[in-house]
Amino acid sequence: MSLVQRSNGRPYAKLASNLFAIFCGTCMWLCIATLVLLLWNIFSHGWGRVSFDFISSPPSIIFPEKSGIRPALGGSIYLIGLTALFSVPIGVGTAIYLEEYAPNNRWRTLVQTNIANLAGVPSIVYGILGLGLFVRALNLGVSLVAGALTLTLVILPIIILSAQEALRAVPHSIRTASHALGATRWQTIWHQVLPAALPGMLTGVILALSRALGEAAPLVAIGAATYIRNVPSNMFTDEFGALPLQIYNWTDHSDKDFHVAAAGAIVILLTVLISMNALAIVLRYRFSKRIQW
Amino acid sequence: MPANLEANLHLTDVLPHAADELSALAQKVATKAVDFFYGDHQALHGISLGMPIHRVTALIGPSGCGKSTFLRCLNRMNDMIEDTVVRGEILLDGEDIYRRGADVVELRKRVGMVFQKSNPFPKSIFENVAYGPRVAGIRDRGVLNEIVERSLKQAALWDEVQNRLRDSALQLSGGQQQRLCIARALATGPEVLLMDEPASALDPKSTAAIEDLIFELKETYTIVIVTHNMQQAARVSDQTAFFFEGQLIEVGATNELFTNPREKQTEDYITGRFG
Amino acid sequence: MATTTTSSAVAKPMLAHKRPLWFEGVIHVLLIGCAAVSIVTTIGIVLILLSQSIPFFSEVSLVEFLTGTRWTPSFEPQHFGILPLFCGTALVAGGSALLAIPLGLGTAIYLSEYASPLVRDVVKPMLELLAGIPSVVFGFVAVVFVSPLVRQAFPSAHLSNALNACVVVSIMILPMIISLSEEVLRAVPRSLREAAYALGATKLDVTVRVILPAALSGIVAAFILAITRAIGETMAVSLAAGGTPRLSLNPLQSVQTMTAYIVEVSQGDIAAGTLEYRTIFAVGLALFVCTLVLNVFAQGILGRMREKYE
Repeated sequence: MSLVQRSNGRPYAKLASNLFAIFCGTCMWLCIATLVLLLWNIFSHGWGRVSFDFISSPPSIIFPEKSGIRPALGGSIYLIGLTALFSVPIGVGTAIYLEEYAPNNRWRTLVQTNIANLAGVPSIVYGILGLGLFVRALNLGVSLVAGALTLTLVILPIIILSAQEALRAVPHSIRTASHALGATRWQTIWHQVLPAALPGMLTGVILALSRALGEAAPLVAIGAATYIRNVPSNMFTDEFGALPLQIYNWTDHSDKDFHVAAAGAIVILLTVLISMNALAIVLRYRFSKRIQW
Repeated sequence: MPANLEANLHLTDVLPHAADELSALAQKVATKAVDFFYGDHQALHGISLGMPIHRVTALIGPSGCGKSTFLRCLNRMNDMIEDTVVRGEILLDGEDIYRRGADVVELRKRVGMVFQKSNPFPKSIFENVAYGPRVAGIRDRGVLNEIVERSLKQAALWDEVQNRLRDSALQLSGGQQQRLCIARALATGPEVLLMDEPASALDPKSTAAIEDLIFELKETYTIVIVTHNMQQAARVSDQTAFFFEGQLIEVGATNELFTNPREKQTEDYITGRFG
Repeated sequence: MATTTTSSAVAKPMLAHKRPLWFEGVIHVLLIGCAAVSIVTTIGIVLILLSQSIPFFSEVSLVEFLTGTRWTPSFEPQHFGILPLFCGTALVAGGSALLAIPLGLGTAIYLSEYASPLVRDVVKPMLELLAGIPSVVFGFVAVVFVSPLVRQAFPSAHLSNALNACVVVSIMILPMIISLSEEVLRAVPRSLREAAYALGATKLDVTVRVILPAALSGIVAAFILAITRAIGETMAVSLAAGGTPRLSLNPLQSVQTMTAYIVEVSQGDIAAGTLEYRTIFAVGLALFVCTLVLNVFAQGILGRMREKYE
């Protein structure tokens, strides 16, 4: 049987194949259209609300048009700062341990599997852990520190996994060369491996922190208030707000004017998040182009 | 083939009794019945070999014969690989480098290493050479400058890079990178230099430069070189050891081993019948 | 000259252990401490959930909890049957998977089999951007944009309803489905494709009969992970789906998921030690077990898949 006869036996094969290609292409364009539509709707809804007053005023219960995000924004900034302080050393340390120190045995497999599973635990469960452990057991109360520690646990797996990837991308010959010159293990890591892996790690850290910046569920679970009038001044005692919590509060409001305020707050949150994402993407791109081993 | 080789042997006429001369020298590094295991696989079988001071010892043999593994035992680079076991003695100036309490870091400063593929750090030329002294605790800028200059001169690279010490080492050509790696190894002030096929990835001109360098360096250092290239072994070394399937088949003065091998396997290998 | 030793005779190495300088030792211990944090986290989650769930289950029987059809912890008569919450979660997760899986798989196939590298380089960061949008923003989108549309199409729909939640959660899990599926599709060896093309197969034949079957287990794992994500989704769902525990599969009604219940209770001012406070932990435990089982299952599939192609 010749090839020609075979294809004659399936006259619609080519057509079906083309239709399938069109279907798949349409799917992709639908995804992109969704993203664009989403952002456009949000920005057009909230853009008019963004102003200096909006950023510098506290929220109001009765006047949506006078409401601002100052305490929420301040709380978010403190939260992210503290979270970075806690999560980066622990996350990078764990990655270094797993990639550079841990012997290839069951203990290592256990830690690695555990981290993969922690990455899939819903953030609200970390919130419950934070409530039971930090807020109650360690008696930190509903404070910035308790919030930041909770967020740290949420993003630790992300930081660890991306830092591990960055470490694995550093060629082994660099480590060998350093050891052959009489450098100790830590000297090799500190002087050679970490600088080479830094851009990759930074990408992961930025993405993880942007995740923390947008998280509301764990904060709600530990009992953070969704409406707050002051920027916290003491990280151990004061109540704190956060931008996603403020958005939640306004969205949940039945008065539609508060929805506009929510949209304004989302515009600010998304602007920050998109900038962080863009920075991470640029960093990763430059990293992949810069060093040709 | 042996006839061709003989023409290349610069030692043939100069040192008629090379073997006697070699055995009269002190042994800088000596191994006694060294076995090496990767897990259950035994890669080296009872290797006993002395490497005379201020001479070049070449390790030759087909791929997978254990010559690189043996080389990496001499500065304990194999420690980095999990699940490996060394047995026997490896003596540096008569002291066992695998003895309990031996300082690996100190050992690697005394026994430098150059790898098959040049592996400069993604840093400046200066930082590459200064790295060894730095991790050894030298902070003084003047001292570092001096070491870098001396090492680069020894590696015959100074003239080419003295005006761009701050440039990235990754911008150098392959041959320059390899000489930089040699300079880097020299900067820690080693006594022994291990070279694992240092010229196999280089063009003929760069290879010649490296070989000339080896010839000069042996005045100061004891050199052990692994090579695939028998002409290279013949050109640069004083003593040659032939490895096959993890065994040391034959060792002797280079000119004698190449012109008059004692073992059948050695003869087959150097005449190109296998490997 | 050479001696042979059989490998069975390998004794303990005589090589001395590296003597760590004290600083090196301290670093090593610190790093182990870092790695221990993640282990302690897991243990902490289990302990905290159990510490409050055990007293809860001493008052409410496990059978009632798992089979009861009414969930009314905050008013008399109290009922603690988790099925309505479970049903809400299943409805939202299942519905969003139904919407997202065809779209996501189609996109993944397009990206891995058809798209030029340029298109991939542009589209993938956009998908990452989509993945980076916080949950609460999707909640806003559900309330402000999706809900009016749904009520226009189905006038009988409640203000908050499950369909709302399904729509936004499907958008949220899309990037995950796409990137994970694309990864497994691209892991299918080139040789397999080339063999099929060499036999005169069309692109459709190759994709449907060769690549998809080869990547099937990985794609299933991707779906499971996405569904796990949907189950754990909190803020968007609690804003979109409403707060009425209901044992119904009607997507136009207001339902409550396990996560949304936890949010609702957390926001109220309830004293620690009460039965209501403990419901947070009992529901949290149920949620944790669900997601953990699905996760372990999916990770197992992915792990086996990686072994096969590496």
